[in-house]
Amino acid sequence: MRPEDRIRVRRSSRVAGFGPIAYRCGVSREIEELNRRLLRARDAMDRAYAEPLNVRAVAAVAHVSEAHFIRTFRAVFGETPHRYLQRRRVERSMFLLRETERSVTDICFDVGFTSLGTFSRMFRQIVGEPPSVYRRGHGPIVAPHCVQLSAMRPRLSAAEIGHAELSSFGEAASVSAL
Amino acid sequence: MITSLNVASIYVLDKEEALDFYVNKLGLEKGNDVRQGDYRWLTIRVPGQPGTEVSLEQPGSPLHDEATAAQLRELISKGALGGLVFITDDAHALYETLKARGVTDFTQEPTEHFYGTDMGVRDPFGNPIRILQQGKAAQKATA
Repeated sequence: MRPEDRIRVRRSSRVAGFGPIAYRCGVSREIEELNRRLLRARDAMDRAYAEPLNVRAVAAVAHVSEAHFIRTFRAVFGETPHRYLQRRRVERSMFLLRETERSVTDICFDVGFTSLGTFSRMFRQIVGEPPSVYRRGHGPIVAPHCVQLSAMRPRLSAAEIGHAELSSFGEAASVSAL
Repeated sequence: MITSLNVASIYVLDKEEALDFYVNKLGLEKGNDVRQGDYRWLTIRVPGQPGTEVSLEQPGSPLHDEATAAQLRELISKGALGGLVFITDDAHALYETLKARGVTDFTQEPTEHFYGTDMGVRDPFGNPIRILQQGKAAQKATA
């Protein structure tokens, strides 16, 4: 699958799983449908993290406006879409540092960062040490890929949320991933 | 001693739609389908392997009060409940088959790992499904 197809596939999918069920009350059903669409957008970020995503493009996967997307994503998943994506990128970089011999610079661009400075700064903030030091201290983890994807994505404490300098999601101009 | 896993359950939002997905899209077969009053005991299983079944449970009466059911439905639809892991003999071929059947909600296309090739997909409600081809991968690497 070409990288640019990764999101396109998702955008073309119709909202499934919500056939007419008479007894389910309207408000509850609306919540479930929105959750499902937000989950679909979150999946798109997990799949296309290496692409230059912007928030409008990912919001389109969920069929909601950009502002509504950020607000509801945070309410449903407990963090903003931007933060979710950055933690996914850092998790993937940790994976590549553990599992491959690729240079830190190559890995930075592999996972979707566009600036080595941003990557190094964010990695250090989240992981607590520079990428090169992390690599020396960690080898491959013997666990299925899906377990690593689920369990290894770093999360910050509440006090650390909101560093504007961490942004490389909203500022990405390209929509080539679409 | 326990000798095998017989039945595990997953929650779905609609049993009929779940049956369509798991049988007609994913390629499993229907196991038990027994109605007792309001309750429908509905299971799916891997064809040819009747020893292990997955029970499709729908939140709500008679299992849950409406408030509990609403909470469960929210968790299902945000992908927060547990899923299933299946084994395939050819992940790449299955991926193409699923796409041809109209499946779009892939969380991961077939990817090679030291333990084999795996892929990810969600059922119509948000439940995660992993499908693994065991053994050292020989296929082309995917990005």
